[in-house]
Amino acid sequence: MNAIEFILAGMLAAATPFLLAALGEMVTERAGVLNLGVEGLMALGAVIAFIVVYHGGGHFFAFIAAGISATLLSLVFAFVALGFRANQVATGLAIGILGQGLSALFGKTYESLTVKGLPKIAIPGLSDIPVVGGLFERDIVVWLSLLATLAIWATFAFTKTGLVIRAVGENPKAAHAIGYPVIAVRVAAIAFGGMMAGFAGAYASVIYTPLWADGMIAGRGWIAIALVVFGTWLTGRIFLGACLFGAVSLMSLAAQATGLDLPSQLLSSLPYIVTIIVLGIISADRRLLKLNGVASLGEPFERR
Amino acid sequence: MSLFASLPHLVRRQRASLAATLIAPPAALAVAIVLNLILYMIMGRDPLAVLHAMVLEPFLSWASFSEVLLKTGPLLLIAQGLAIGFRAKVFNIGAEGQFILGAIFASAIPVWFPQATGGWIWPVMLLLGAIGGALWASITAFWRVRLNANEILVSLMLSLVAAQFLYYLLLGPWKDPAGFNFPQSVMFQYDAMVPTLIAGTRLNVSILIALALSIVAWVFMEKSFMGYKLQVGGLAPRAAGYAGFKESRAIWLSLLIGGFAAGLAGAAEVAGPLGQLQRSISTGYGYAAIIVAYLGALHPIGIIISSVVMAVIYIGGDNAMVSANLPIAAVRVFQGSLLLAYLIAVAFVRYRLEWPAQTSAKGSTP
Repeated sequence: MNAIEFILAGMLAAATPFLLAALGEMVTERAGVLNLGVEGLMALGAVIAFIVVYHGGGHFFAFIAAGISATLLSLVFAFVALGFRANQVATGLAIGILGQGLSALFGKTYESLTVKGLPKIAIPGLSDIPVVGGLFERDIVVWLSLLATLAIWATFAFTKTGLVIRAVGENPKAAHAIGYPVIAVRVAAIAFGGMMAGFAGAYASVIYTPLWADGMIAGRGWIAIALVVFGTWLTGRIFLGACLFGAVSLMSLAAQATGLDLPSQLLSSLPYIVTIIVLGIISADRRLLKLNGVASLGEPFERR
Repeated sequence: MSLFASLPHLVRRQRASLAATLIAPPAALAVAIVLNLILYMIMGRDPLAVLHAMVLEPFLSWASFSEVLLKTGPLLLIAQGLAIGFRAKVFNIGAEGQFILGAIFASAIPVWFPQATGGWIWPVMLLLGAIGGALWASITAFWRVRLNANEILVSLMLSLVAAQFLYYLLLGPWKDPAGFNFPQSVMFQYDAMVPTLIAGTRLNVSILIALALSIVAWVFMEKSFMGYKLQVGGLAPRAAGYAGFKESRAIWLSLLIGGFAAGLAGAAEVAGPLGQLQRSISTGYGYAAIIVAYLGALHPIGIIISSVVMAVIYIGGDNAMVSANLPIAAVRVFQGSLLLAYLIAVAFVRYRLEWPAQTSAKGSTP
């Protein structure tokens, strides 16, 4: 298997944690709320999922438990940021620190243990194609994530729900005046973002690299937040961005396999460096961000 | 909707409450302590033993209190730098990386010139560290000013890159050849160490530097025109624009000050208690300092107090790990919950709670 085949085969799996977390954050931000706690939400989901699988609860319940726990933590964010109109940046950072602390606390006795991942499901026919065939042989969660991507795209493209979320994010006062429950929509969007981050963490710890190590999320939550900006709050572009970062994070493995003599630390920091560069390129186009950005992002809503 | 209507809601005060400003930090601390003690009880630890180890023990002996003051130094330095930026609404959360670069820059002298002697070495190391931190922060400033990129994300990513760069140096070119393959540099020579302040303790001059710079920060923010411009830029960006205060200058200044202070703290850490460049030079100081800055109400005097509080939490956490078998991760949980409690408490500076029953006249809003 050459490097390109290796990257193509692994790309979707590596992309899934980015994709799930970024889509959740996109929905939260579309409703006008900036939740910077994704890294902590993912870490909590990851450790809970790992504990469930390790004790024989199975992958299905692992994802449910991870989703619920991360949702609960994101509701703490909602309680502070919406209930008390706190600075959303600071609240998100606090949730991030708390989530990472809780994950280290719960995961202490599981450090360096491993579990079994999930079997791959090949799409008949497509997976036999040379070179790109590896793309079509993945576990069920990857396929479900792609379905979720489609569903979220369709929600924003065709449904009233998507329209209400956007209205609440663009102009909460107007949305309130027409009679939409601004706070309730925002709480729901935060909870959805929390659940998706929990799933993303679960995928990272029980399927993609089925082991537990403190700090294993390793900045993926932050990259997911950056992906929302890269994707200019659009589902399709976020999907492409997630695939790009899946490929980048595999490149270090591929480079080592081909015997390229680069320091491993440089390869490990490649995703972060690429994030910084791409963030610069996309943000430099101020018109693009203004056009697609969320007008009231990060601002608390006051009825009076 | 009826659920939200029946809850008490926040009503904006005519003017900010000074009483609430002063009460918020201790109230948040009390709430965080109670919540975390409940957590320790659930974990099966004796809450009173933890409370004793965390809150009392750091003050019971001079040896442990000097360690508290030792930890206060870097937290105080970093938080003072960050707070200036936060007041200008420039969210530099990459102090961790700026701290690491400061430590690396400072270590260059003892690593490259291990034989050098003279009283000039440690001051030059501190200066180099500060420059290193400021240079690392200037990347974020450039990205924000020129490329319009979000400084939160860029500064955080740069922290992750900085950590990898540190590992590279310690596993490669800067590894101590006689260090049994441990990821650490050579031990620094005597002249590369910051002078200790009190014999028998590790407390050194850097705490005095931190206190002196706190006074400088106070003068800068409260008395200087530049500090005033920064504050207006944070509170009322439009007004600042009309007055001709340049946003780009505020961003550069905020990040350079933050990077300078964090880099200085990193230099003081390797030239102080550590005495060498190690993999674990920072135990999350850069992130803890964000909490210190907020808990001190972003005010130079408040930050002096909150940095001591945070240092007590660090030392107390170490104590509790030994005496009450508490995992060290509990410190991070405590830090996160403390910031959340503070953010709730500080809401009462600008708002007061009103119960729906008292406002029956306008309580029928949908």
